[in-house]
Amino acid sequence: MPLLSYEDLSVLLPGMARPVLDGVSLSVAAGEAVALVGESGSGKSVTARAALGLLPPGATTAGQVTVDGCALIGADPATVRAVRTGKASMIFQDPRAAINPVRRIGDFLTEALRLVDGRGRAEAEARALDLLAAVGLPDPPRHLRQYPHQLSGGMLQRVMIAGALTADPRLLLCDEPTTALDVTTQAEIMAVLRALQQDRGLGLLLITHDLDLAAAGCDRIYVMYAGRIVETATAAELLATPRHPYTAGLLGSSPPLHGAPERLTPIPGVPMGLLESAPGCAFAARCRFARPGLCDQSPPELAPVGERLVACHLADSILSEVDR
Amino acid sequence: MSALSPTAPRSPARGPLTWLRRLGGGALLKVCVLLLALFVLVALLAPWLAPQDPTFGDFASTLAGPSAGHWLGTDKGGHDTFSALIEGTRTSLVGPLAVVVFCTVLGIAVGLFSAWRGGWIDTVLGRVLDILFAFPALLLAILAVALFGKGLTAPVLAMAVAYTPYTARLVRGLAAQEKVRPYVAAYQVQGHSAVFVALRRLLPTIMPTVLAQSTVNFGYALLDLAALSFLGLGVQPPTPDWGAMINQGQAAVLDGQPLSAIVPAVAVVLVVVAFNVVGEHLGDRLAGRES
Repeated sequence: MPLLSYEDLSVLLPGMARPVLDGVSLSVAAGEAVALVGESGSGKSVTARAALGLLPPGATTAGQVTVDGCALIGADPATVRAVRTGKASMIFQDPRAAINPVRRIGDFLTEALRLVDGRGRAEAEARALDLLAAVGLPDPPRHLRQYPHQLSGGMLQRVMIAGALTADPRLLLCDEPTTALDVTTQAEIMAVLRALQQDRGLGLLLITHDLDLAAAGCDRIYVMYAGRIVETATAAELLATPRHPYTAGLLGSSPPLHGAPERLTPIPGVPMGLLESAPGCAFAARCRFARPGLCDQSPPELAPVGERLVACHLADSILSEVDR
Repeated sequence: MSALSPTAPRSPARGPLTWLRRLGGGALLKVCVLLLALFVLVALLAPWLAPQDPTFGDFASTLAGPSAGHWLGTDKGGHDTFSALIEGTRTSLVGPLAVVVFCTVLGIAVGLFSAWRGGWIDTVLGRVLDILFAFPALLLAILAVALFGKGLTAPVLAMAVAYTPYTARLVRGLAAQEKVRPYVAAYQVQGHSAVFVALRRLLPTIMPTVLAQSTVNFGYALLDLAALSFLGLGVQPPTPDWGAMINQGQAAVLDGQPLSAIVPAVAVVLVVVAFNVVGEHLGDRLAGRES
């Protein structure tokens, strides 16, 4: 039984032409780091938030999300709270927005323990100090008394990570944890996350739009496009031989870290908005392999291709030709 | 590391009026704040400040002009205008205070609940507020007097209800804006209850703006209550009250001794204007802070 599992989760928001999530199945085992990669608006954040019962109001859902045996879709508030307090926690994209700016770091770190778990102040503060040291902040006692505006973005994201760990969760959901930070800080934050994940045996779901970041920090990668999982494989396999044209396109449009920079090949067109829908493959309009009469007729199912799963009508026939 | 040290900017000169300088704003604002402070002080110390018993009718000198015995003269009942003004400060300020406290609490409750729950609850509460907006506060107050009798209690409650929509709508708007901020989701993810997040974390961030609105409301409530007393429906003589004093002084104006009507009228105008100036200033400062 995986720690986190999505079974065919669909989420429809009122007034949208297509579901935000369309039959998403995904799993994260205990101690495993998994990445969910996609463009802005592909539904990756909604996926992560669903695991904490944070779906937007008015959303209609089908399927199920289970965290450590607790089903969240249609769950009563007590179950949702049980998941939030002991099983899973979340690291948000922008720590400046997600940490209440008018309260001290110490409050942010200890409130959950003191007010939700009912622990004493001394105990909660001792735990906060331990965690601040664990995420690599230089002077924990001082940081407890500081306000968020007194810390840099990178330091504040470490505070957020510490905050996510106070309740000793088994699952960490990271929603673009490094997007608001500069590149050198990104690497540090990822290293901290990775180390904590391995030390504590956490399940980790990393939401990102950066394939290289995902590959560096995670064991498995899911690629999402327009609310659907289009490809999933181990990080190494996915990067070496992408089988879905979209994955290949993403890799082809990012500059190589080593070797001479070549001319990048962008994916033509724009991602499908929530007000558009297509009867066939959502990527067909941008795909250079798309075959009229096949790809624009019915949406492809996620099917095994070798060791991995790919949702493409042409996965078997042409994708060995896909080059980077 | 200097950027990290928690040093608050301090103004170099510190004296008893430092807080007044910190307030910012022009001379008008400072005068208004001091004026309000003065009135509050007078209201608190009224029984010790009033030179005479304002309910005592000195029939030896009715409708008198200013004199050593009666600094601001007397009305036609021989009551000392200066003492009545001082004692009247209390009733004239307590009424609006009750209205404002009541409508702020009620408005926060309704507005916060409406914004937090959203959906059809929000829509229904919004329409109920629309209906309440349609009733002028004074009309509701007169209705309450007709139903429950003259005095301060019934009109104060009626006006509190009439003023609630203003606060409720403001709170609803601010809370709806604040609710979608990531820090609110972060609190929820930590497992805090909705009541805790809404009341203890979201409310304090919008409270300054709400208080600015309440300050302006205070002025209007004072004006409405004075009008009610002037009509003879609010505070009843011999309890001193500015509105009632103006009512009592009507005849005196015709008799050529208008002081007993003018003095309380000036007091009403001063306090209402001062509250408006302070309220507007607070609102402007908060608007500047957010932009």
